This record gives sequence, C-alpha cells and structure tokens, in this order.
Amino acid sequence: MPNPKPSLRERLRRITGRSADLPIQKQINRRTFLSFSAFFLLGAAAWKTWFAIKDAEQSDGVQKPLRKVLDVDDKIFKPTFSDNHLAKTYPPNQAARNVRVNSNVGSSPQGFDAAGWQLEVQTLDKGTLNITLDELKQLPRTEFAFEFKCIEGWSQISWWGGVKFSDFITHYGLQKEAALQYVGLTTPDEKYYVGIDTPSALHPQTLLCYEMTGQPLPVNHGAPLRLIIPVKYGVKNLKRIGKMHFSNERPRDYWFERGYDYYCGL
Amino acid sequence: MHWINFPVLAAMIWSGLLIYWANDVYKVRVGHDILFSFFPEGFYKKLHVSFRLAEGMAFHFVFMWLFFINGLVYVLYTFFSGEWRELLPNKRSFGEAWQVVLHDLHIRKTAPTQKKFNAAQRIAYTGIIIMGLGSILTGLAIYKPVQLGWLAFCFGGYATARIIHFILTLLYCVFFVVHVVQVIFAGWNNFRAMVTGWEVVDFPHKPETAASVTPSPTAHAPAPASQTPASAAPPLTPAPAPSQNPQPATHA
Repeated sequence: MPNPKPSLRERLRRITGRSADLPIQKQINRRTFLSFSAFFLLGAAAWKTWFAIKDAEQSDGVQKPLRKVLDVDDKIFKPTFSDNHLAKTYPPNQAARNVRVNSNVGSSPQGFDAAGWQLEVQTLDKGTLNITLDELKQLPRTEFAFEFKCIEGWSQISWWGGVKFSDFITHYGLQKEAALQYVGLTTPDEKYYVGIDTPSALHPQTLLCYEMTGQPLPVNHGAPLRLIIPVKYGVKNLKRIGKMHFSNERPRDYWFERGYDYYCGL
Repeated sequence: MHWINFPVLAAMIWSGLLIYWANDVYKVRVGHDILFSFFPEGFYKKLHVSFRLAEGMAFHFVFMWLFFINGLVYVLYTFFSGEWRELLPNKRSFGEAWQVVLHDLHIRKTAPTQKKFNAAQRIAYTGIIIMGLGSILTGLAIYKPVQLGWLAFCFGGYATARIIHFILTLLYCVFFVVHVVQVIFAGWNNFRAMVTGWEVVDFPHKPETAASVTPSPTAHAPAPASQTPASAAPPLTPAPAPSQNPQPATHA
C-alpha cells in the first residue's frame, strides 16, 4: 500500500519517475518525457541564442558579442608573440615571379606623383619628419623571401627587400614614439589605413620595403614604399605608405572597420 | 556534451565555409582532369555563402572555444568516469569492426558479441576524438602559423595544414551521415538512450526482472530489447532504479 502521506522526496521521486512503487512502464515514460522536455528546451534556448547573436547590433562591421570575443582572442594569443619567432624564410629562387596583386585601395596608379613622394612621420616633439626614398635607401638593407599570407586563405612565397622597421626607428631616434602601443600608417590619400601594435612593427622581419623579387617595387605592389610584415595577414601590409604616426589609441584600420579582427597576427 | 557538438559543429562548418569561399581552390583531380571542385557555384548560392569572409572568421573564432571546451570536458569526463574503457578500441576491435560492418550491411548474419559499444563504434568514436584534436591543432597552425611555427611545421606547413583542416571537415560530414543513418536503423530505444542517458534492457533469463532501466547510452540496441518490446513485458518487480547521472550521451 502506498503511504497515505508521502514525503516530499517520495512525491518528487514519483513525479520524476524514479520511485520503485511505479510500474516500470510509468517510470520509463516519465523519465523519457522529462529528458526530452529538457532536451527540447535546451535546443530552443540554443536556437534563440544563435539568432540573438546573429541579429545583434554591429560594432565595426561585426555583431557586438562576436567583436567582444575577437578582442579577447587577441588578448589570449598576443602573449604567443615573440621577436624570436621568425616567419620561415626561403631561398629567393623559390619565390614566385608572378606576385599576386589583390587590391589597390589608396594606391591607384592614377594621379600619383611618385617623384615628389616623401614619407611623413609625425613625431612627439620633433614635428613632422619628411623622408625621401633615397634617404631610406642609405639605411642598412634587409631582404628575404617568405610565405606571404592573405586573410582570404591563399599564400605565396615572395621575395622582398627594404629597411627593417626597427633600424628605421633607431636611425631617426624614434624610440620614444615606438614606446607607444600602436603605429598608424595610411596611404598618401588616406583611403587605406592600418593600425599595428608596435611590438609587431618592431619584429625583426618587418620591413619598410622598396624592392620586390630583386627589382624596384612596382606600382601595383605599392611603390615607392610599402610595409612588409610577415607576422600579419596581407591586409596589414599597407601599400604606398604616405603617413606614419604613433599612439596609445588604436589607429583607424580599414579592414577592422569592415568586421575583421584588429590584431590579425600570425 | 554529445548534443552540444551538433550545433557547435554546424556553426563551425558553416562559418568555415564562409571562410573557404574566399579562396576556394580545392579540387579532386586525376591527372589534369578535374573530377570535382569544392564547391559548385549553385551550392554557394543556395547557402548564401558569398562575400561573408569577415563574418565567417568572427563566428569561427568564437565557436572554436565552445568546440574546444566541449571536447575537453568530454575527454576529461570519459577519462575520470572510466567510460574510456567502453570507448577505446582494444586488440580485437580492428578485426571485429569489419565483421560489424558486414553485419550492418546485411552481408553477415551475426554480429560479434559486444559490451556497450561494438568494435566499429569503438573505432569510430575514438577516431572522431582524434579528428577533433586534429582540427584544433591544424586550426591553431593556420591561425598563428608564425608564432606557432613548430605546429605548422608538424603538419607540413601552412598550406598543407589548411588542406588537412579542410579534409577533416569533410570527414565530419561523412561521419554525421553514417551516424544518423545508423541511429535511424537502431531504433527508438537507442535514440532515447542518446537523449536520456539510459536505455531499456530486457533480461530474458530472469523473468522476475523482465524489464529494467539501465543507465547505458548504447548506440546499438542489443538484440533482446528489440525482440521483446519493453511494453509487452509484464511489469513485475523492477530492478532498483539506477541513478540517472548524466552520461556523455546526455543532453546538457
């Protein structure tokens, strides 16, 4: 005989189909029903969450919750960065002869006066430095071939020459500027712009580059001067550098504003 | 944990497809003849894949955490609960698995005896964990090919790591199809076990416990259960109801 006044615990056991007093089929049915209810509730919750994320407000071209996680990803993976981690280099004869061109936002060949070009560097206390290509070519030259990686997924071994960014900083006495967190670079017309964390810019393979495949840099690859930064995707390898500044604020970044992560570190 | 995999993997494969679209160069080739090119334009159109690389990367780099954490918790659970004993293939598994396949294809009449999982399942369910690890490692190699250069090197370089990552994804899709077909064939009791974490098992030798609830999320219902439906069994003294602890195959 069942207890006329079952304890709360016993009643719970009956409701959840765990009581041995219940016929076995009832136990099975109740427990199945409860499990499946939980299953569908959780499924519905997951469905809801998915659309909440998909339809969330955007922040710099991507849903806000995703942007938050992307920023966290950057923080988690930044510590793996080290000047000692070098991109693998190849003998120049392995480099592609036909180097891929993806985009020329801000470096279109029309209406650009290459002869009058100068690099404008905003300093903290020396005003703006105007540096010509010939001056840059006086600095120690570095060249190497590496596997250039595009954010789209393709990669290609290509061969570049120029002055190391770190040599450039030392030569122009920009240590105080380089102690700030970011370098901002833009094309002369400011149509394309990138922000790079200074540690990555000072990486020993980061070049202010004026040569490709042993020849002067062609216009469609960013003549007269472009950035080559093997620790970043191609999107950060700005062509035709016009202006450079240093800041603790994240400088504007063309593709960041279009939904990509800021760091883009490899 | 099992069920978290489904939406998470779906999100990973979908966002991976958005990424792959940006450089969709993989093809199956014999000599110079292209047999199949991943993927046909109509496939992209149907799924609205085009020009969504940034979105794909964002989702991929968010859901990767769920994929990783879920996998890690599952492996830790299997290890500490002792469930791994049911899942790891043993010496006989590799020979028996073939017989299981023949049996499932109705070429062979009898299946080898098994415990919770048969030999083919042991291999498949352990293999999928290794594949998961492979996806995480090749994924990291693609994500940070310079800082984790040694990892990219282990997979034959950046471009090769991408191909491995892609092939593993195709294998998940194959696994998914086979898995779902098998579950459909295994029937209701088995599917219920996949959701609830326990399964109804009949004991033909002990009529006094004709049916009882056993915490056992098998994927292949043992033969006796299907021969004698639990509902037909007289509800006599049931075995003490076991605790319904979440199994790896449960919801949550």
